[in-house]
Amino acid sequence: MSDAEARAERLAVTFTVNGVEKTVETLPMKRLLDVLREDLALTGTKEGCGEGECGACSVFVDGRLVNSCLIPALQVEGSRVDTIEGLARGGELHAVQRAFLEAGGAQCGICTPGMVLAAVDVLRKHPNPTDEQVREGLAGNLCRCTGYMKIFDSVMTAALAIASRDGEGAA
Amino acid sequence: MGRTVGTSAPRKEGVDKVTGAARYVDDLVMDGMIHGVTVRSRVAHGRITGIRFDPGFPWDEIVVVTAADIPGRNMVTMIEEDQPFLAADLIKHPEEPVVLLAHADRDLVIEAAKHVHIEVEELPAIFSIDDGLAADVRLFKDDNVLKRFLIEKGDVDAAFAEPGLVVVEGEYETGAQEQLYLEAMGMIAVAAPGKGVTVWGSLQCPYYVHKALKPLFGLGDGEVRVIQAVTGGGFGGKEEYPSLIAGHAALLSWKAGGVPVKVIYDRAEDMVATTKRHPSRTRIRTAVKPDGELVAMDVVFDIDGGAYATLSAVVLSRGAIHAAGPYRCPNSRIHARAVATNHPPHGAFRGFGAPQSCFAYERHMERVAEAVGLSSVAIRRKNLLGPGDLTATSQVVEDQIDFPALLDQALEASDFEAKRAAFAKHNADPASHTRKGIGVATFYHGGGFTGSGEVHLASVVGVEALRGGRARVLAASTEIGQGTNTIFSQIASDALGVPYEWVEVAAPDTGRVPNSGPTVASRTCMVVGKLVQDAAGAVVTTLRKAGLLGEEHTPEQLAAAVDSYLERFGELRTFSQYKPPAGIVWDDKTYRGAAYAAYGWAAYVAEVEVDLVTYEPHLRGFWAVQDIGTVINPLLAAGQVEGGVTQAIGWALFEEVRWREGRMINNQLTNYIIPTAADVPPIHVAFAPVPFAHGPSGAKGVGELPMDGPAPAIVNAIEDALGIDVRRVPALPEVVMEAVLAKRAAAGEVQHV
Ligand code: FES
Ligand code: FES
Repeated sequence: MSDAEARAERLAVTFTVNGVEKTVETLPMKRLLDVLREDLALTGTKEGCGEGECGACSVFVDGRLVNSCLIPALQVEGSRVDTIEGLARGGELHAVQRAFLEAGGAQCGICTPGMVLAAVDVLRKHPNPTDEQVREGLAGNLCRCTGYMKIFDSVMTAALAIASRDGEGAA
Repeated sequence: MGRTVGTSAPRKEGVDKVTGAARYVDDLVMDGMIHGVTVRSRVAHGRITGIRFDPGFPWDEIVVVTAADIPGRNMVTMIEEDQPFLAADLIKHPEEPVVLLAHADRDLVIEAAKHVHIEVEELPAIFSIDDGLAADVRLFKDDNVLKRFLIEKGDVDAAFAEPGLVVVEGEYETGAQEQLYLEAMGMIAVAAPGKGVTVWGSLQCPYYVHKALKPLFGLGDGEVRVIQAVTGGGFGGKEEYPSLIAGHAALLSWKAGGVPVKVIYDRAEDMVATTKRHPSRTRIRTAVKPDGELVAMDVVFDIDGGAYATLSAVVLSRGAIHAAGPYRCPNSRIHARAVATNHPPHGAFRGFGAPQSCFAYERHMERVAEAVGLSSVAIRRKNLLGPGDLTATSQVVEDQIDFPALLDQALEASDFEAKRAAFAKHNADPASHTRKGIGVATFYHGGGFTGSGEVHLASVVGVEALRGGRARVLAASTEIGQGTNTIFSQIASDALGVPYEWVEVAAPDTGRVPNSGPTVASRTCMVVGKLVQDAAGAVVTTLRKAGLLGEEHTPEQLAAAVDSYLERFGELRTFSQYKPPAGIVWDDKTYRGAAYAAYGWAAYVAEVEVDLVTYEPHLRGFWAVQDIGTVINPLLAAGQVEGGVTQAIGWALFEEVRWREGRMINNQLTNYIIPTAADVPPIHVAFAPVPFAHGPSGAKGVGELPMDGPAPAIVNAIEDALGIDVRRVPALPEVVMEAVLAKRAAAGEVQHV
């Protein structure tokens, strides 16, 4: 196949990444994971398995947590994609990121971007989560280092921090 | 100012990890970089008769490397030199690398690999320890024994002949296990004649890779440079195999005229081709007095080493040394063999042979208890090692441990005795649909290289003092998630008397840091950490000798002293080299003496509930009490224990490598099941620290210990729940069901299906 032919198969896909609109020329079936990592140099999203089992590639698409290794590029046309790089705002870490630092939720760190986003997802659904809700909410994200205990602690620490901040805000 | 050792100082590289800024090897991009792939044999044993490239494929665009392109020696330098980088003639396992391909277009090169055919004349292959020992097929010397050890104490045969003893025999098996670091392996290399070789990658031991690359290209020390990228877990899996991948990437770059070549394994390739935990079989025969006192142990410990020697000798050594357990026993004999088969070589995995032999002796202790009518707790309490006792290698226990008290701590924390009683009641109730049980294991794990290993390594660490009293630790010890950067910074900042934030750890790069040895064997904190402490201490001593610092100092005074020193002399770097603690004597020939400078000691308790319909054992709680010496960072240390326990839970209950003709066939996360957030029980960790005189601030090692005990504790709990004697892991539901049915059949019960 010549370069020209290869280009011909490409498609322009436009979507919002971390609040900024982007257009990439890509093969339509290229995985969103690769588009993010290769075309947009957003390497915070990781590949652990490439088959939807580990959650290392978790991102939000229109607010829904998905495995970006299972999503073809053309599917995000017009969507809002949020990755780990967009979580800290204005140089300030998100409460979940701070909690992972404080409670020891990251070891080797390769599962961490996906795990942090999954934790954000849990707390959006259950601001005051039970143990069971945390376990269930994170069951699609594998971690081989921590044994999960410190990750659970991180989620609970973040829940408290968010609750007390919101409380202050309301006061 | 406060000491940082003993506090949970925040992880040094933590912010990079939680923001996604940390750069792992697959995140690195270099100008002109192309992608490499590996074509492997698909046959377990045979001779290569030809390599066929499908016509019609644009081969002229693709970089192709075979063994014929290797500029130096085609041999991976490890303990024995028997494994080639690329098979040239003989194929010894089904994942043997034969051809390498590279191209800028990754999809194209993956496609190209399908158009290469390795023609092989097949030879008979062997896949079990017994077939290996039968040696009808010769893979290694005359007998396929890659390595053998005999460790003897007392007179075992005479002891067994004594009258009035109870003799207990048992055979135990453990399966292979995949490390499953969540970052699959990968390397980037730039290599060209005249320019040398530089590699960046996911690895544990930069100087192992360095040592392996030099002969491959016929280059000297300064011409090869190995740099660790941020590494997403290792657990032993990235101790040795990275040398192969580094060699492959570098060979491609060399052939391609020096363009950067990236070789990244996907999950399936990583699982099928790289090393796993050695499968094992242990036979134990024990003689015990009627009151439960151990008199003699005769152990035969065999592991499946796979097709090449690689690290099997040292895995075997550690497994064998630990095989008699943490028990007083005047007569013991441990005969250990690593056997060659046509599996891909098995390798290092957290625990390094000790989890295998620990599973055997801790299951066997239940049989011994049963034979003399003692409880699980009583048999252990009666025989636990204490200060002054002799281990199986006749090492005097120097650690001032109170092992029975440590066991009590675990029993109390888990409410062991009350639960045993309550569960017996629950299990006797005909209305209950589950069976509950609680089990215990007591064990130990030596820190650092075995015997004279640390003396041979002669590790070196440097500390560089920088302007403003800042400091940089120079070591080849890698951060792989376990916390090296953080604990080194804690140790160095205390030794310098400066805040934790003032210290950083240089990225491991053989061009910049001295060889502090491999990051394995729970040695990073205990052995290398001590060198960090000494090297940092030497900075202070140097400043005092120069008259720039008094006996006591504040951080600011140290900063001023460093600044004037640098003004005067330009630089301040101090180095420290390993010296064995006095009194450590080891004999490599007889395998007697101080096998390790210090041990971690532990008592673990597991609580299970088994569903009587599915036979699935569910863990309800786990308690881990251990002495690892002074705890440098409680948060990191607890994280190590929880992570190790969870890996061991996987090994005990879920993780089964399924083989066909020597290949792993379930090499995906869909069918190789590791513990998820939904599977782990609450894990309660406690430390009972007994400071170690020769460790940094009294610390010992922690990394491997928590892998050893959980599997037997869990299977002991399953025995308590169901009265079944499971002798292998993983104890999958079908294994549990079979044992239950066999027990019912033996009891003459009618079977309901
Ligand atoms: S990489 Fe997408 S789920 Fe594992
Ligand atoms: S921190 Fe390593 S996989 Fe989770």
